[in-house]
Amino acid sequence: MAKTIGIEVSLAIAEAAKLANVDVVAAYPITPQTHIVEHLAELVADGELDAAYIPVESEHSAMSACLGASATGARTFTATAGQGLELMHEVLYVASSMQLPIVMAVANRALSAPLSVWGDHSDVMAVRDTGWIQIFTENGQEVVDNILCAFRIAEDPRVLLPVMIHLDGFYLSHMIEPVLFPEPSQVDKFIPPYQYPMPLHPDRPVTMGAFGPPIIYSEAKWAQEVNLRASKKVILQCWDDFGKTFQRYYSPVESYRVEDARVLLLTMGSFSETAMTAIDKMRAEGSAVGLVRIRLWRPFPFAEIRQAVKNAEVLIILDRAISFGGPGGPVCSEVRSALYSEDKKPKVVSFVAGLGGRDITPAGFEEIISRGIEISQKGSDKEFEIFGVRE
Amino acid sequence: MTKPESELTWKDLEIGSIVAEPGNASQYKTGDWRSQRPIFDTSKCIKCAICYIFCPEGCVERNAEGYFEANLFYCKGCGICARECWPKAITMAEEEE
Repeated sequence: MAKTIGIEVSLAIAEAAKLANVDVVAAYPITPQTHIVEHLAELVADGELDAAYIPVESEHSAMSACLGASATGARTFTATAGQGLELMHEVLYVASSMQLPIVMAVANRALSAPLSVWGDHSDVMAVRDTGWIQIFTENGQEVVDNILCAFRIAEDPRVLLPVMIHLDGFYLSHMIEPVLFPEPSQVDKFIPPYQYPMPLHPDRPVTMGAFGPPIIYSEAKWAQEVNLRASKKVILQCWDDFGKTFQRYYSPVESYRVEDARVLLLTMGSFSETAMTAIDKMRAEGSAVGLVRIRLWRPFPFAEIRQAVKNAEVLIILDRAISFGGPGGPVCSEVRSALYSEDKKPKVVSFVAGLGGRDITPAGFEEIISRGIEISQKGSDKEFEIFGVRE
Repeated sequence: MTKPESELTWKDLEIGSIVAEPGNASQYKTGDWRSQRPIFDTSKCIKCAICYIFCPEGCVERNAEGYFEANLFYCKGCGICARECWPKAITMAEEEE
């Protein structure tokens, strides 16, 4: 029987990888991801998970070991955060362009300096263009569900791309939450054993990651782009099948209390649940406000975003990272650009908040919304506004 | 490779740009990197094979008469054979001449 248990989300992620029957885990511990890989090491050492656990000396090596494992056709999992994700950076591109279906949980963390182990989305934004499928989650159940979906999406022969599952460091990774774990037999059916079409094998030698001279590099990159965009269809099918099997449904863009909303707030990640509390309060007080959350960050859900915000007058976008000296919020920059050519579109206001583990309370979200409405009426000479910084 | 690289479209590529045909690097023409070509003078050549040994590309071959010549499909024109040939049987000539 599937059962709900109270569990730290990090441990739940390791349990999800176990349910997915991973063959290889290569990982390096880093706060706030540590408990995920600690528990995986434990599961392997205790014989509960029949997998090779490769302890490596850095995240660069972790991702490199994952490449090799995945290239042989092994189901491969890893996890990292913040600086660790940055140290993996160059290898991330190799994983996606070699089409290796690695699944990675990222406990989103701020970047140094000053050193911060706490959460924000600076690490994610720095790997935005690495060609991985990227999915954001808001609570423990969503992380577990999407780890399972990630394997199915990654390994689909129409996709064969690595997937990152983003969860907010500490805010989500260290929470103890009720999580409903499916039966192993259900999971086995949902993500059956897979065959990489051209694995590294002495019987059939292939060259992976060969050099691509100018005559072929553009073709290789275009094939990669077409493939990542086309993966959306498979992601939608996967979430649909997941919903039919497990009765929990996911979409690229999700809305909360948006009916007749003149003002919309847009968020990504676990802060969305706090934002909902603020929306509930403002709704009760008679404000026509709603919340839109991006779940699928890559491939970017252009059509769904346009559809979700088209009737609003004001769209306030929260970013938990700064694109320094540029547009400010990277999420805002992308959403605004997706809306630019639309005839009917809301006024867009950009906020940056929640950096390096700084809380945004429900009252804080109310303030952001009020200030956003004010900016939409009076205008601003700034590209974006930062919320909560002491003057 | 079923087609030369210059004719491959993005749809022709294997997943992840895998090279599925072992040894097909032999179809890669490195000869067009060359700005100078080696000229072998058989009247000076003593068939010592020093050019064959030193060629980093492995493109120097022995012909039926036992003399050596460079396979110009691969020869990059590095000039090492000419430098090492102690009877001075090899000279480098500009490609454009």
